[in-house]
Amino acid sequence: MPINYYIFLSIALFAIGIVGVLTRRNAIIIFMCIELMLNAVNLLLVAFSKMHHMKALATDAATTVGTDGQLFVFFIMVVAAAEVTVGLAIIVMMYRNIHSVDVNFLNRLKH
Amino acid sequence: MNITTILFWFLSVVALFSALMVITNKNPVYSVLWLIVTFFAISGHYILLNAQFLAIVNVIVYAGAIMVLFLFVIMLMNLNKETEPQKNRWLRMAGAIAGGCLLLVLVAALKDTDMKQQLAMTNGGNIGLIKNLGKELFTTYVVPFEISSILFLSAMVGAVVIGKKE
Amino acid sequence: MQNALQIVYLIPLLPLIGFLINGLGRKHLSKSVIGVIGSGVVLASFAISIWVFLQVKGGNTHEVHYFDFISVGDLKIPFAFKIDQLSSLFLLIITGVGFLIHVYSTSYMHEEKTEHFGRYFAYLNLFIFSMLLLVMGANFVIMFIGWEGVGLCSYLLIGYWFKKTEYNKAANKAFIMNRIGDLAFLIAIFWLIQKLGTVTYSEVFIAANLAKLNATDISVITLLLFVGATGKSAQIPLYTWLPDAMAGPTPVSALIHAATMVTAGIYMIARSNLLYSLAPFTMDIIAYVGLATALFAATIALKQNDIKKVLAYSTVSQLGFMFLALGCGAYTAAVFHVMTHAFFKALMFLGSGSVIHAMGGEQDIRNMGGLSKNLKITFITFLIGCIAIAGIPPFSGFFSKDAILLSAFAKNPVLYGIALFTALLTAFYMFRLLFITFTGKFRGTHEQQHHLHESPAPMTIPLVILAVLSIIGGFVGIPEVFMHGGDKLGEFLSPVITNHSEGHVSHSTEYMLMGLSTVLVLGMIAFAWFKFKNYQRTEEKGFGKVLENKWYVDELYDKVIVNPLHKLGGFFNSIFESKVVDGIVNGVGRAVSYTSSKFRLLQSGQVANYILLMVGSMVLIFVLQFFLKR
Repeated sequence: MPINYYIFLSIALFAIGIVGVLTRRNAIIIFMCIELMLNAVNLLLVAFSKMHHMKALATDAATTVGTDGQLFVFFIMVVAAAEVTVGLAIIVMMYRNIHSVDVNFLNRLKH
Repeated sequence: MNITTILFWFLSVVALFSALMVITNKNPVYSVLWLIVTFFAISGHYILLNAQFLAIVNVIVYAGAIMVLFLFVIMLMNLNKETEPQKNRWLRMAGAIAGGCLLLVLVAALKDTDMKQQLAMTNGGNIGLIKNLGKELFTTYVVPFEISSILFLSAMVGAVVIGKKE
Repeated sequence: MQNALQIVYLIPLLPLIGFLINGLGRKHLSKSVIGVIGSGVVLASFAISIWVFLQVKGGNTHEVHYFDFISVGDLKIPFAFKIDQLSSLFLLIITGVGFLIHVYSTSYMHEEKTEHFGRYFAYLNLFIFSMLLLVMGANFVIMFIGWEGVGLCSYLLIGYWFKKTEYNKAANKAFIMNRIGDLAFLIAIFWLIQKLGTVTYSEVFIAANLAKLNATDISVITLLLFVGATGKSAQIPLYTWLPDAMAGPTPVSALIHAATMVTAGIYMIARSNLLYSLAPFTMDIIAYVGLATALFAATIALKQNDIKKVLAYSTVSQLGFMFLALGCGAYTAAVFHVMTHAFFKALMFLGSGSVIHAMGGEQDIRNMGGLSKNLKITFITFLIGCIAIAGIPPFSGFFSKDAILLSAFAKNPVLYGIALFTALLTAFYMFRLLFITFTGKFRGTHEQQHHLHESPAPMTIPLVILAVLSIIGGFVGIPEVFMHGGDKLGEFLSPVITNHSEGHVSHSTEYMLMGLSTVLVLGMIAFAWFKFKNYQRTEEKGFGKVLENKWYVDELYDKVIVNPLHKLGGFFNSIFESKVVDGIVNGVGRAVSYTSSKFRLLQSGQVANYILLMVGSMVLIFVLQFFLKR
């Protein structure tokens, strides 16, 4: 597939994620939108890795070019998993304290 | 139009539609479910790109573990459509417009890049196979791999510390 | 050390060190220590100057480059000293006469408190330092540093007794008047940089670079430099500060008038003689201004009753002579007159200081008289100074003044006539001063009469030395008509100064002119003797009163310049400042606080808003990045 298609698909997913972050007040939804954005980036990384691999294959049949891209995705998933645990813990604590997941209550940044 | 192209378009439409449903659905539980659909669609893309390992990991880690975690939390808090906080209409509109602008700008900026002719390899190439990735992971990337385990450990400790009642 | 030129940096450095020691330690050092340090550093400088002078005389001139003072793009202004015939001669005058004045001051200022005594010597040393920097600098910028330095020191020293308001005003006047000239000097320097890209003498005064300047540039630069010189050297219209500078202690007046400061303008023009020779228009202006100043100041001096004021106007007048010489292209004559004038003017100022000292601070000559009996050494040395300045052969003033008159005659006999008339006035007012002060009956109080005494040795010894110099100082420049090869000074200075005379005077004419001036001067002295040997106090009337009030120039300046400026200042202060300036300032403040009170609302503390703004900014950045760049 032309790489352009993947680029635009990723941008679209990413933009949807941003719109979600901007329009929703529920902390959990916002968090989910962030995951969505991460996945958009992952998809693009994999697409690029395959693109480079294809280019390298033209000269060398045994090439491993592009592996790092996919490993990057792997590490992003690792980090995302760690992030989700901590993030969800924070949201739970927030809910326990103010009995809401509305980010508008989190306006302490002003002070 | 071969099967790959059809699959690509189908998966893309599914991904975009379910992503839209994630952000428009009022009920958080539905949002989570739609997000899982999105992740499956993306995993489909991975398989299309012959990145089998990532496709599996995506399903297991994201669609499986992480989203279930989300679901647990939401159910724990008993969030539903009625308790969902709503932004005022103008702010939502502003957010949508801003995100749309970003989309527009990025597309406009990238549509004329010289990568137009480049292709991403589908249905071929074996770098996405577990064997190759594993070899690379345990040779070149072995140190980051081990360090990521420490990251997990610290994340776990952090979650426990934050989550426990004082 | 083989070469004195290697240690020239010590010449200005020593007075600077003296300044630092005396200035910082003035509360801890005793008066004798301060005096020894203050005089000693200048003496050491003088010794090195002699050494340097001998080297230079042997044909060993040098430009010592220390470091780049300013380095901007192609413009490089080095901190360098130029040691050549002209500067070494000035070094001798400054340090030599300066040293005598320092010695004199140790006694004259002895009644000051130790702290102020130290301050005084610190200023004196700084003054010498600045002046040395001025003459030693190898480019106009270094000269300008020294130029400003002497301006500052003159301010400090004129206002030395800072508790008296009028003295402070005199100091301010000197400073501000000088500033006008300094501005012109500075513009001239900028102009040179703009046109030539250099201000170093050795690079400016070479034919190739002078050829780059067109006639307008040369005229403007020389005129601006001349305006600078009129400020420092007290020429019309910027001369009024010099008589007021009498507010300072008498040795300071001697220092300003004889060794330093006022000669700076002469030095600058003599240094730039190659440039000036290309600007006949400027030369004419210099000659006329010089002559006008000489005549004008001489007429004022006729009727002054303050002993120091007479001398001050006499200095202005003599400086006018020097500028006349410069304007006639006789640069050597001007430098010669600087030298001889340094001797006899220092002598007379120090002599007047001795008189004032004896009279217990009295400066009005109408209250003096008959002092020759009590102040023998002072009287004799003062007499020598008067003869020298009047120009009677073979005293030093004769030779230098004769050279100037001759050059004026060569340029235009009318100039000569006026100059000769001024010289006669000079003789008249100097001997008027001498006779009123030292002959006749004493007119002061009994207490003063009882108090009369000759000054102590540290004051009289410099007087004697200067008197000797005033007698023999002229022999370095004997005119060619008397002795072939007698003009040693002209020969010495010939590598740096190219005289630019416009005509030639035959020997017989020259003899005639000398004879004429000498006879007339002697007649003038006799006239003064008959008029003033038994001086009685009289009120001045008519024209005499105008002269006594200095042609009302100060009043004129007050009316025409100072008062309108005050009015304008008052207007700006009351209307412009409070309404417009304050309005703008406060308006800016109010606008800022208003807009920030609005912008503050952006800081809602809501993360969502922040993210919204962040996305908006990202869009903006992308737009700028991708679309505006094309």
